Amino acid sequence: MTLTQMQVQTTLDLSTDQDLVVVRDLKKYFPVRRGLLQRITAWVKAVDGASFTIRRGETLGLVGESGCGKTTVGRTILRLIEPTAGEVYFEGRNIFTLSKAELKTLRRDMQIIFQDPYSSLDPRMPVGASIAEGLAVHGIGTPKERFEMVVDLLRKVGLEDYHARRYPHEFSGGQRQRIVIARALALRPKFIVCDEPISALDVSIQAQIINLLKELQEEFKLTYLFIAHNLSVIEHVSDRVAVMYLGKIVELTSREELYRNPLHPYTQALLSAVPIPDPTLKRERILLKGDVPSPLNPPSGCRFHPRCPVATRYCAREEPPFVNIGTREREHWVACWRIM
Amino acid sequence: MATAELQAEALLTVREESYLLIVWRRFRRHRVALMGAVILLAFILIAALAPWIAPYDPYAQNLLLKNAGPSPAHWLGTDELGRDVLSRLIYAARISLAVAFVVTLISQTTGALIGAISGYFGGWVDNLIQRVVDFMLTLPLLPLLLTISALLSDVTIPGLTREWSSVVIIILVLSVFGWMGSARLVRGVVLSLREQTFTEAARALGMSDLQIVIRHMIPNAMAPIIVSATLSLGTVIILEAALSFLGFGVQPPVPTWGNMLNNAQADMWTQPFKAIIPGFCIFLTSLSFNFVGDGLRDALDPRLKR
Amino acid sequence: MQRDGRDILLDVRDLRTYFFTEDGVVKAVDGVSFHVRRGEILGLVGESGCGKSVTSLSIMRLITPPGRILGGQVLFDGIDLLKLPEPEMVRLRGSRISMIFQQPVSCLNPVFKVGDQIAEVFQVHEGVSRVEGWRRAVELLRMVGIPDPERRAHSYPHELSGGMAQRVMIAMALALGPELLIADEPTTALDVTIQAQILDLMRELQRRMHTAIILITHDMGIVAEMCDRVAVMYAGQIIEEADVQTIFTNPQHPYTRGLLGSIPVMGVVRPRLDTIPGTVPNLINLPPGCRFAPRCQARLEHQARLGNRCLEENPPLIHTGPGHQVRCWLYP
Repeated sequence: MTLTQMQVQTTLDLSTDQDLVVVRDLKKYFPVRRGLLQRITAWVKAVDGASFTIRRGETLGLVGESGCGKTTVGRTILRLIEPTAGEVYFEGRNIFTLSKAELKTLRRDMQIIFQDPYSSLDPRMPVGASIAEGLAVHGIGTPKERFEMVVDLLRKVGLEDYHARRYPHEFSGGQRQRIVIARALALRPKFIVCDEPISALDVSIQAQIINLLKELQEEFKLTYLFIAHNLSVIEHVSDRVAVMYLGKIVELTSREELYRNPLHPYTQALLSAVPIPDPTLKRERILLKGDVPSPLNPPSGCRFHPRCPVATRYCAREEPPFVNIGTREREHWVACWRIM
Repeated sequence: MATAELQAEALLTVREESYLLIVWRRFRRHRVALMGAVILLAFILIAALAPWIAPYDPYAQNLLLKNAGPSPAHWLGTDELGRDVLSRLIYAARISLAVAFVVTLISQTTGALIGAISGYFGGWVDNLIQRVVDFMLTLPLLPLLLTISALLSDVTIPGLTREWSSVVIIILVLSVFGWMGSARLVRGVVLSLREQTFTEAARALGMSDLQIVIRHMIPNAMAPIIVSATLSLGTVIILEAALSFLGFGVQPPVPTWGNMLNNAQADMWTQPFKAIIPGFCIFLTSLSFNFVGDGLRDALDPRLKR
Repeated sequence: MQRDGRDILLDVRDLRTYFFTEDGVVKAVDGVSFHVRRGEILGLVGESGCGKSVTSLSIMRLITPPGRILGGQVLFDGIDLLKLPEPEMVRLRGSRISMIFQQPVSCLNPVFKVGDQIAEVFQVHEGVSRVEGWRRAVELLRMVGIPDPERRAHSYPHELSGGMAQRVMIAMALALGPELLIADEPTTALDVTIQAQILDLMRELQRRMHTAIILITHDMGIVAEMCDRVAVMYAGQIIEEADVQTIFTNPQHPYTRGLLGSIPVMGVVRPRLDTIPGTVPNLINLPPGCRFAPRCQARLEHQARLGNRCLEENPPLIHTGPGHQVRCWLYP
């Protein structure tokens, strides 16, 4: 079999009905430039070999602490930033090999919602125009039809018709996030990356946005990659959850399994660190030593070993593979020597 | 540290107002800027209506009435060739303001373009442009302008008289040395806009780089460009006056405030008002431009109104 | 409820702090009263703009124009801080009351070593020598769990991670053994595993030094784990106050209930979260009645009994049980 045939073969293999997005060994290194000549002196390994799939209609939660690379994963699989290595298949097509024109067409199917509702809307543009922008770019409908679609979208996200003519500064954070969601929905995408969509909002507003995202998912049969650092929120929204640490996915399984039976020591520590709003609950906390190391210079072997409460000498030497220790139906992927 | 945040937090007001209305309301509150704007408007009107306002032809000589003092016929007297000073002052407003506006238009546009290229492409392009800007900014401006103007003082542009050539030359010279500020500014704006999530959202919607620049970057960069242009008008007025005063700028008989100041030197002690009045015009316009620029900066600042 | 008991360290009475802005008067703190006993942790809870941070800055008298403290009393150990001359207030800050903030790195001076910055606290307040100050700084760094404190004292703030910097801030705040520590969202900017470390440290030091803490936060999980008593703020006023058990088991104000219902709780999966409709009111044009009334669902359910009272008259804070106060017309 020639190389091209093999590629075709894999592509076909992957385009099952179940998997909408397939990520294979994704890597993204950012150069660190120094000096007058801007020479590259080092690489920040933001994402260093992440593999996972996102199934049609599900929400995959991606959780981790700041600097673990979760945001970079979200941006790279939409090709908003170019990858260093790896493959991402969307409905069986490798999006990294698409031409500019093909990519533009694909943009209709995949959208993103950002963390900061203040900077994600152009302050000089009425929100109606912002929402209609994608439609205009792809030449969908006449201006009048587009306006009708905007009004329809505004109602869908819980706003009013007359809001279309107003400017972003006239809205609260929660309302802006609704506008951003309307803009993402305008092109009727199949897949949305939600990058910390509620963490900049007030507590009482967060619930509104979470409920809205869930309702829209049902109505439009959306698939979400939900990126967050808040484990309670992730549990609430996700069907399956992936845990990231320093550019690697360390555990991936169904929500029930992850929260009931976490296997990776990092996941265990993370879960035990979450403050729970119940003063009667007394828990044994696993306190991790030290800080998250820099992705500029990640530790050898298993990246978690310097903070791991159960690490052995072997963990520092060899990197653990990411393997499924569950069954085909009830998968539980984990990268830890102690589990194998 | 926390107070700024707290105030922003406290100002969760939602009001229905158009952007221009907000800008106008804020500008109006700036008393000095408002006064500057009124003064400038008056100067611009005078310059525009010069043929109708000026009592005499500014070039008409009356050798019988040289260096005359003020009289009912010539309110500000006449100059060494018997030309009416008031008329020349009014026409000088035309030249000085026209030079300022044209120079600003050219230098700010080129500067903005260069800055946008520098900021948007980054990398070695950015590096090269920034070093050129650094180099240009270290040059001592006035001596250099003098030298260049002196070298070009005999050049005449085909189709123009020597005097009008000097107007074109001064415009070109001042433009060549006036673009760096706006280049720096626009580069900064573009760099910060590139970090804003809404440009990323635009890319996710399938917009090309050019579309993003036209639809998002330029409208957002307009406010700082307008401010910088207003401030630049004041600077150009002063520079042009300085060059003309020293005899290397606009050549007589075309009147500008600068060369009128030069002419008045001879009678400095007997008729000081002939020097004071053009000097005052220079001072007043350039100061007004600066005040208006400051007022616009405050009024256009988006941080004041989230 | 005994209010004259000797164990009361801080007694805030009817505090009012307004901001006089171009757009109008922002009533950031509008008649806030509460007290803190010696050695207890009081949680001050609310969403952004509810006035919890302004309350703490008012206690420290760190309000700058256009803000102004208009009235009320802040009795600290029997002394009204609002009447204290500025030099005495300066002496009090950092020695008997100290404060830590959300962004620890921005609170440290970037051009000085952290050891010098802590040593300075001793030099200024206790007049000790530079060497002695440095020695005690290192000791403090060790106490707050910074590894290799001798070397770390020579670091500059930018060389510290967020968690480290917050430890340094805590060390500085506790340097002179204050009786009251005001912690304004001390872990909001930190990752969850680092947050756990910092909360653990605060609890341990509080137990050892018997410092009273006002913990300002929006995270009900942190409240449950850390606090003895809780005051919930909404739109510049305290709307409910009770001990921590009561707040979670028997919340009475519709806002407190709504807040608790709207947060996802780990281990408890619900198909839908409860929501509080609408947004936080504008503090310039406050509704005349209860400030929560426009968003309140309980008001609609009890319309028959309450009529339009909620929209017309702001309810007073009343006792509904031992140590339990609520600002709502539903009670008693």
